[in-house]
Amino acid sequence: MENRNKLNRRSFFKISAVAGGGMVLGFTWLTSCKQREEVIKQLELPSEWYDINAYLKIGNNGVVTIFSPNPEIGQNVKTSMPMIVAEELDIDWNNVLVEQAGLNSDAFRSQVAGGSNSIRTNWETLRKAGATARQMLINAAAKNWEIDPSECTTENGVITGPAGQSTGYGDVASIAASMEIPEEVPLKDKKDFKLIGQTTGKGNVDIDKIVTGKPLFGIDTKREGMQYAVVMRPPAFGQKLVSFDAEESKKVNGVNDVIQFGNKIAVLANGTWPAMKGKSLLSAEWEEETSVESTSDHDEKMIALFDTDKEPMRNDGDVDKAFSEADEVITKVYESPFLPHSCMEPMNFYADVREDEVVMHGPIQTPAWARSRAAKILDRDEKEINVGMSRMGGGFGRRLYGDFSDEAAEISSLAKTPIQLVFTREDDMKAGTYRPAIKYKIEASIKDKKITGYKLSEAAINSNMYGLIPHFFPAGAIPNLRINGDAYQSNITTGAWRAPYTNFLAFAEQSFFDELAEKLGKDEVDLRMELLEKAKPAAEADENIKYSPQRLQDCIQLVTEKSGWGKQSSDVYQGISVYYCHNTHVAEVADVVMKDGYPVIQKVTCAVDCGIVVNPLGARNQIEGGIIDGIGHAMFGNLTFDKGKPSIKNFDSYRMIRNAEAPEIDVHFVDSGFDPTGLGEPSLPPAGGAIANAIYKATGKRMYKQPFVQHTDILG
Amino acid sequence: MAQYTINVNGTSQTVEVDADTPLLWVLRDNLNLVGTKYGCGIAQCGACTVHVDGVATRSCATPISKVEGKITTIEGLSENGTHPVQKAWKQVDVPQCGYCQTGQIMTAVALLNENKNPSDDEIKNAMHGNLCRCGTYLRIREAVKTASKL
Repeated sequence: MENRNKLNRRSFFKISAVAGGGMVLGFTWLTSCKQREEVIKQLELPSEWYDINAYLKIGNNGVVTIFSPNPEIGQNVKTSMPMIVAEELDIDWNNVLVEQAGLNSDAFRSQVAGGSNSIRTNWETLRKAGATARQMLINAAAKNWEIDPSECTTENGVITGPAGQSTGYGDVASIAASMEIPEEVPLKDKKDFKLIGQTTGKGNVDIDKIVTGKPLFGIDTKREGMQYAVVMRPPAFGQKLVSFDAEESKKVNGVNDVIQFGNKIAVLANGTWPAMKGKSLLSAEWEEETSVESTSDHDEKMIALFDTDKEPMRNDGDVDKAFSEADEVITKVYESPFLPHSCMEPMNFYADVREDEVVMHGPIQTPAWARSRAAKILDRDEKEINVGMSRMGGGFGRRLYGDFSDEAAEISSLAKTPIQLVFTREDDMKAGTYRPAIKYKIEASIKDKKITGYKLSEAAINSNMYGLIPHFFPAGAIPNLRINGDAYQSNITTGAWRAPYTNFLAFAEQSFFDELAEKLGKDEVDLRMELLEKAKPAAEADENIKYSPQRLQDCIQLVTEKSGWGKQSSDVYQGISVYYCHNTHVAEVADVVMKDGYPVIQKVTCAVDCGIVVNPLGARNQIEGGIIDGIGHAMFGNLTFDKGKPSIKNFDSYRMIRNAEAPEIDVHFVDSGFDPTGLGEPSLPPAGGAIANAIYKATGKRMYKQPFVQHTDILG
Repeated sequence: MAQYTINVNGTSQTVEVDADTPLLWVLRDNLNLVGTKYGCGIAQCGACTVHVDGVATRSCATPISKVEGKITTIEGLSENGTHPVQKAWKQVDVPQCGYCQTGQIMTAVALLNENKNPSDDEIKNAMHGNLCRCGTYLRIREAVKTASKL
């Protein structure tokens, strides 16, 4: 045992007996937040537990229930987080149930699933919660046996004493509930983990419901008296509603009402189909309210923003001097389009706005934010508004934005009836909160065969990279370095999209370094290793640099070894890409072969350092998915605008990667022993660069524009 | 509106809807069988896949008036998720968000009913019509392979 952690029990844990026998340990996940009264009532907990948001219940039958506050969007937190608790608690995983706790937080950030943060921020807390509960159960058993707790051991939910006496957790749970919470608990030594990192892994906790088609997702919501609502929104960004005619709509069997709200029109019906059909029969007139913009306008505006005189986001050394003294300057521009999120479950939300209370329910990553906005829209006290979360059919950033929950609240309020708002796929694509289009101009100065300076200029729609992104690699590796950015303010709604900014930045930068390596006559792996070596002192000294050059080097080492880098037969072309984001270090090698004259991605080898791998089965799934998603969007994803109108409508005009296009993927973990970090996003950003660099080797052509399918000369 | 009697999962059901109502919405809204999912409405994503007389069919693009034959949905595949394909899906731990998976399973079952031992290429081609944004394609292939051996 190691890490005897001192706990401040007042701020961390609360203990209570529960009706029917057993104990509940309450603890706080992330920042302080309020728990929904319903959950407190269900567990019959003392009302002063208001600042607790997660619960560990041990029933007198020995069954452990973990109430998890983190929303599930497919990143498997409902499995991996309870695994951490169960590890320290020393219980049989088969006796653990996981339930989604309801919302309630004053600080909505505490319940956001995004930024691959869930595992990272909860690791310590979850371990301590499990260890504290275990210690209390031991203390209770020891008291019964009149021995010292240190004489007891635990295994699989059973406490054993020195004389061979044993008792199940359930037998002493009620006694433990009345005992004092220990201030200090031992945490397991990492080498003693039995559940964490187990290669057989633990499956998705909802798997039985998923494979049998049980109601689970927001779109499956059915409540008494509910009507379905489908909404017509302006067809182009920048337009407003002038007038509409609902006569034909109202003739549709099952359509009950047509309601205008703002610039939108809602059709309410007994079923989803009549509501959709009713919407399709609406005729409406629209006019320009603000500007209606086209992709060609955006391209022009963005190019004009390069080399902005806005304050740089990072500025090292004397960049201008390095460039003026250079033997050679290399300048490349990389371009990406807008992208929709394409969650397989279209946006939807349930709302029932009543006089006494407002009940809302659905797939949303930011339930507390939805509540506070609904309070404003409806002019109600937040306390009267209850927002419940369902499982989400994908998030990828889209479900951070509650435009759909706002609409549901407004429609229910106007119609005075409970409604389930459903987006058609067309609505979902055309009324998105898109990944913004971005262009990067990257320049390097070379003197005496060395890279002396680096400039990256970001021209984006609506907003620029934020936080520590400007301090990612190559910050610290090149003495004279400047990162700047500027954004054109558009009326097209944009927002976070799986691995914001880095989802395209990594491609631009990793393509650029490959081209630099070629220019310098160096192997592309050697160049990266050298630059990372140079970055070590700066990474040590500069608190903004959070990536570890050593950990990236270790990833490169592992990926080159596992992919047979440099040892492949001459008909396999390999490209490498190395990236750090969301606190996780990743290196990927793509293998491309030529088939009928065109390059085909055959395999991707990936080395990941995400610290301790809690749930290898789930972790591999996340990494594979991120790579496939990254390849798919780099290859195919394209959304342009014509006078404010999106170019895409549905999966016939918007191409996503399909099964036969997904390459084989070989994942390896670096055994670094660090605390766990996120996996929902980090494998995506390097994928585009790895395949572009491999395609270059195969064809001799570089790609500067996503999606790559635009390069018909290269890809056919 | 007209009355339609259809056989779903071995039970005869009568619904009163417009002739153009897709089978998908009859299943979901009228019969409460929500395991069949809406993804695109134009037979492009496969989330709505059901079987009509054993053949994988896009219920979102099948008007109720054109339905002929016995319908099987994910709910009718087995009592408790014990169909070999469901078992394989659990064993391989395929889902991430899980939304597209019932459609993937129905497509896989139809493939295996036709072809007990599909090759890797046959699996890829058969599953090509079912989209998954989470990118679970490799596990889907593995699970189909696993199911073919159960």
